[in-house]
Amino acid sequence: MTVDIDKKGPEDTPPQAPQAIKAVPVRHYGRYLSAFIALAALGAIVFAFAQGEINWDAIPEYFFDSRILGGVRETLLLTVCAMLIGVVGGILLAVMRLSKNPVTSSIAWFYIWFFRGTPVLVQLFVWFNLGFVFEYINLGPVYKDEWSDFMTPFLTALLGLGLNEAAYMAEICRAGLLAVDEGQTEAAHALGMSHSKTLRRVVLPQAMRVIVPPTGNEVINMLKTTSLVAAVQYYELLKNATDIGQSSGATVEVLFLAATWYLIMTSILSVGQYYLERYYARGSSRQLPPTPWQKVKANMLSLRRPEVAR
Amino acid sequence: MNAMVKAENVHKSFGHVEVLKGIDLEVEQGEVFCLIGPSGSGKSTFLRCINHLEKVNAGRLYVDGELVGYRQKGDKLYELKDTEVALKRRDIGMVFQRFNLFPHMTALENVMEAPVQVKGESKAAARERAGSLLERVGLADKAGNYPSQLSGGQQQRVAIARALAMEPKLMLFDEPTSALDPELVGDVLDVMRDLAESGMTMIVVTHEMGFAREVGDSLVFMDGGVVVESGNPRDVLTDPQHERTKSFLSKVL
Repeated sequence: MTVDIDKKGPEDTPPQAPQAIKAVPVRHYGRYLSAFIALAALGAIVFAFAQGEINWDAIPEYFFDSRILGGVRETLLLTVCAMLIGVVGGILLAVMRLSKNPVTSSIAWFYIWFFRGTPVLVQLFVWFNLGFVFEYINLGPVYKDEWSDFMTPFLTALLGLGLNEAAYMAEICRAGLLAVDEGQTEAAHALGMSHSKTLRRVVLPQAMRVIVPPTGNEVINMLKTTSLVAAVQYYELLKNATDIGQSSGATVEVLFLAATWYLIMTSILSVGQYYLERYYARGSSRQLPPTPWQKVKANMLSLRRPEVAR
Repeated sequence: MNAMVKAENVHKSFGHVEVLKGIDLEVEQGEVFCLIGPSGSGKSTFLRCINHLEKVNAGRLYVDGELVGYRQKGDKLYELKDTEVALKRRDIGMVFQRFNLFPHMTALENVMEAPVQVKGESKAAARERAGSLLERVGLADKAGNYPSQLSGGQQQRVAIARALAMEPKLMLFDEPTSALDPELVGDVLDVMRDLAESGMTMIVVTHEMGFAREVGDSLVFMDGGVVVESGNPRDVLTDPQHERTKSFLSKVL
């Protein structure tokens, strides 16, 4: 390039680029003001908490306490298991609701109506207190036990949260299934695929694109909702934290501690959701945004390039 | 019986609207059979009845000598089970106006899907066959592309390859070029012409009169749910006998 330009005389040089405009920018005084107000409010809150009698040292002291770590494990376990029940139950209920059989679709409707229409805390208490109604559980030759031995706090929490979640997941899955174009089902049927194969191979993978984002929301919600099961004697993160708080006197501090752990876990889940969405977006016409790792790699390349050019 | 498709007084209604009001026709083996007519005339509905995507209300429809959707025992008709219907559909390929490719699969995976999932073919064998089918429709280099990365004409050719992968004895085309840019229509018609020359029995619902004239062996003009006129495409298109056919052709030719 430079060689070419040197060959031509000064008359042949292309016209100069127009001079860049240098103007005084508009001053956005409103922005300065709103930024100042927001900063002042934030400062006031921080100051107020600094004034409070909070023993900040208690937080790092108990942060990796075995009871806290155990609680984190229990919370995660409960979240995963309850969501599994929720997702499987939700897909089942959604398929039932969309089926041509009026009995199954009404039953699914009724289930969703009931479990979505009552508070999850009430449902947890109902599962917890079912022992007053049933003395034994008797599944014929398969299983027989006293109710109180059968219905452990874990099972109570799992059923309470999982069955409630299934009602919400059913609506999310139904929306996803309905979002898939009918032509897809027709094309699959025309190729000789059965109903179940069409659902599994063609409809569900496409429905997932609609299902995954709200489901990620539900997982994060579930993680936080597990804190309710302290009410049915299940020892998860919040219950363990408040117990420590009562015995050590650091009541408020452990709440901050628990909040931090919840934030860490929800942040990790959000990252997982991001990658899952990317996976199910394959074949979509929209260009996917690069992952953070791809951005880092691209930046490293662009840093190197000017050196090569020189 | 030599007829690949035989319709006897076929009726079809959607609610109170009667879309097919008694269709009688025969499609011979190896024939390219074109259905033309204004929209709403019932030609697409009739096509969909042939592979039982729509249920016939009255009359009889046979494919390769077998009743579509039912089994006859004496005077009684028994509805076929979904699995039996699916089994019969294997032998009938269908190409849709809106392509209906599976968007979450690449072109190659689209073509492989039915042989692997329905026929239980091994993946390696299906992949090889799918590759040669894509080559046949001129898209060997697009095997790894998703449908969204292909033009309409390319998508429709993948859809044809996907239908051919099941090695059907009959191909149904439901306005295969109506959703395409005029520029892209030719490629799809070339593939269909090639297929016709290979001896495939084809029923084509189309507005491409040129294709019907050049490639078609028979042509039926439908309007208002009945067959108005039928015969050799060259005769019908150049010298229509009915007023309705004349006025339709004067608008589209």
